[in-house]
Amino acid sequence: MKSEWIANLSRRRFLAAGVATAAGLTLGIMPVTRAEMRKSGPGFAGVAPAVDEVFQPNAFLRIGSDNRVTVISKHLEMGQGTYTGLATLVAEELDAAWEQVRVVGAPANAKRYRNLFWGEAQGTGGSTAIANSWLQMRKAGAAARNMLVEAAARQWQVKADEIEVEAGVLSHAASGRSASFGDLAEAAAQQPVPQEVLLKDADEFRLIGKRLPRKDSAEKTDGSALFTIDVKQLEMYTALVAHPPRFGAKVRSFDDKVARAIKGVKQVIQIPSGIAVVADGFWSAKQGRDALQVEWDESEAFRQSSAEIVDSYRELAKQPGTVARNEGDSEAAMAQAAKTIEAEYSVPFLAHAPMEPMDCVVRIDASGCEIWNGEQMNTGDQMAVAGLLGLQPEQVRINMLYAGGSFGRRANPKADYVLEAVHIAKVMPPGTPVKLIWTREDDMRGGYYRPLYLHKLKAGLDGENRPLAWQQRIVGQSILAGTPFEAMMVKDGVDQTSVEGAANLPYALKNIHIDLHSPQLPVPVLWWRSVGSTHTAFAVECFLDELAAEAGKDPVDFRRELLAGHPRHLGVLNLAVEKAGWDEPLGRNRGRGVAVHESFNSYVAQVAEVTVRRGVIYIDRVVIAVDCGVPVNPDVIEAQMEGGMGFGLAATLASELTFKEGRVVQSNFHDYLTLRIDQMPEVEVYIVPSTEPPTGVGEPATPVIAPAVANAVYAATGQRLRQLPLRPA
Amino acid sequence: MIKLKVNGSVQPLDIDPGTPLLWALRDHIGLTGTKFGCGIAQCGSCTVHLDGEPVRACITPVSEAIGKQVTTIEGLHSPAGKAVQAAWRELDVVQCGYCQSGQIMSATALLERKPRPTDADIDDAMQGNLCRCATYVRIRAAIKAAANKSAQVAGRKMG
Repeated sequence: MKSEWIANLSRRRFLAAGVATAAGLTLGIMPVTRAEMRKSGPGFAGVAPAVDEVFQPNAFLRIGSDNRVTVISKHLEMGQGTYTGLATLVAEELDAAWEQVRVVGAPANAKRYRNLFWGEAQGTGGSTAIANSWLQMRKAGAAARNMLVEAAARQWQVKADEIEVEAGVLSHAASGRSASFGDLAEAAAQQPVPQEVLLKDADEFRLIGKRLPRKDSAEKTDGSALFTIDVKQLEMYTALVAHPPRFGAKVRSFDDKVARAIKGVKQVIQIPSGIAVVADGFWSAKQGRDALQVEWDESEAFRQSSAEIVDSYRELAKQPGTVARNEGDSEAAMAQAAKTIEAEYSVPFLAHAPMEPMDCVVRIDASGCEIWNGEQMNTGDQMAVAGLLGLQPEQVRINMLYAGGSFGRRANPKADYVLEAVHIAKVMPPGTPVKLIWTREDDMRGGYYRPLYLHKLKAGLDGENRPLAWQQRIVGQSILAGTPFEAMMVKDGVDQTSVEGAANLPYALKNIHIDLHSPQLPVPVLWWRSVGSTHTAFAVECFLDELAAEAGKDPVDFRRELLAGHPRHLGVLNLAVEKAGWDEPLGRNRGRGVAVHESFNSYVAQVAEVTVRRGVIYIDRVVIAVDCGVPVNPDVIEAQMEGGMGFGLAATLASELTFKEGRVVQSNFHDYLTLRIDQMPEVEVYIVPSTEPPTGVGEPATPVIAPAVANAVYAATGQRLRQLPLRPA
Repeated sequence: MIKLKVNGSVQPLDIDPGTPLLWALRDHIGLTGTKFGCGIAQCGSCTVHLDGEPVRACITPVSEAIGKQVTTIEGLHSPAGKAVQAAWRELDVVQCGYCQSGQIMSATALLERKPRPTDADIDDAMQGNLCRCATYVRIRAAIKAAANKSAQVAGRKMG
């Protein structure tokens, strides 16, 4: 048994806080239907509590006299299944019935809801949700169970250890008594909160490891799930913003006469990021924005094209960079090598392009500021807004709604679109809710991209074709420079997110040198699902394949020999190749490729089977093996493997954001290509059994597919493709 | 005043008839299950039915919907629609969920036209509906499951 901190407020204080939160959520929301009023889920938590949730043992759950268990999720549900996963952990130790559990999003409150891996900050990212909550949520459930049992023992005048709890029912065999959580909720609330609790052993799990249904499926299949764009409030306005056509440009002047004359347009405001048009709905705001005449000052604007950026990076790569890893003497070893090979790999800028474009609802009045958002960086956004408005952080109340995808975009240390919405709301009359909506074009051209990266690699083999030395130079913008994360994650001048996946190269090589250039550009960049691994896995796993070919060895055998000390890498590699039938021959124009990669402490191997015909790559089948520790919900893990791979496959085959003279060329889904259903391969997912603590699954499948496919294209055609998206001749 | 028939009830609207149906539904009628994703009929998030045919509400002016039956995800009550939604829940298709109203509307229209679709039929009918979470494996499986279930129901009725 381990003891861990549980957000343990006295019951009275917590009840008071709970009421305040409920009141905060109630303000201004226009109830549309009775069903909606009764709804669970984020954004509605405080609208009309269906019952008196009399038992609130800690910050993570409440139990009502109606027998409903409400789990409060400190993490954002953006598709990755976090609400389901966190609720599973609580319900497991509580011994609740899965059907009686619902989930709501937590308010922004770093003291109660911090990410235990992020110091004092609340937020969701880095595939940390289940990993950091593994013990915390179970303890929250166990504490509540303990109090329910104590309450029953008192009422029934029996010993607590004679009471069984199963599926939301407490029972005492000898006396034949039983009661539901709801029956005992009020009495349980009178029990002291235990400071230490006993957790189950793995063989006692009833819910963890099961394919429990997702908690958000029903409302996401009938249109009732509430996203930021769906927030309805009385007297609410919608705002669109005209942004500069190039990064670094500013408003010189603007004429809003025609815009203001459009029916429904209420206000045109200059804000730091552009010109906002505020109207009674999206369409009038859009027409108003289209009618704006803005003259931009582009004297200091960014004017480069993508090809020029690549050329300048290539030039920079001729110079040594800041060392990220240095072992042995790679120069000397390279000089002794029987054979050396060199290659350059590159990846373009990428937009996250979640299906729900950036949006945010803000309402400011004398008491503070209230925000409705697919909130991924709760504490960061709260601090940024408090700073802008001169408020205390707790005066900024953030309602964390479902996010219609994010892939990193909504976790912006610069809080860009949130602050933009606040800038607009603060010039509106106090108490006026404003909903900022970005169009797809705004989203595509609004920055915060996965940076363009260039890798130069060189490796040497000895006389017996054993790898002797590995040199890798990485060139690309730092994501963390100039953010609050810089102090924590930029070490000795090396942004860890630029080199992760390369600097921790698992292969047994005695001489390794990896260095980094972090050139500065005015193009805003940000983490994109699996961050550094999006480019390092591609460069490393493809170049290793080149080295295997040079050594005349099978790519799987070659990896196995170099991964002797890495059982979890080997475990997924062996499982994937076995299930894929690695050695079975494929027909003409077809090939199989493999890649294995660890990110966020989860291990993924993928085998891709492709057909290449007339310059088009068809992905026939992908076999995925994953080791993420204890599988909390195998079905959610499979979904994240399928979807995470598919997200990476879009970047493998199609997605590319380019600049021409400083302007983003692409604008919408017709020219920023993503994956469609006809390009989705058959996918098989295999999970390595494990008793290790669980690690994340939202990101680790994404970076593995590009090298697996590129290696398969080589197997099919003999062509090495070293640039994403892959374009065979 | 425009009168639109949405999910079986008549909605009076005092708006420009050129307003896209999407924003009439979302901002003026309050039906937010239909989503905005691209505004140029490239992503399918806004798919609704006009007299049973799937259309992209983001580029369909309200004027084109006058005199027709508009069906949104909130009003999807046909046997095929119910079978599709049930299959979606059964297989836990959704991830972020934002595109799924549109996916379900397109899938339902497919099954109403073609109760036993082939893989190629599914690709054809669904390739206009983007899902950035890439839930496509399960979308395909759920359409097949819904088709099988509908076929069984139809079979029982006939038998």
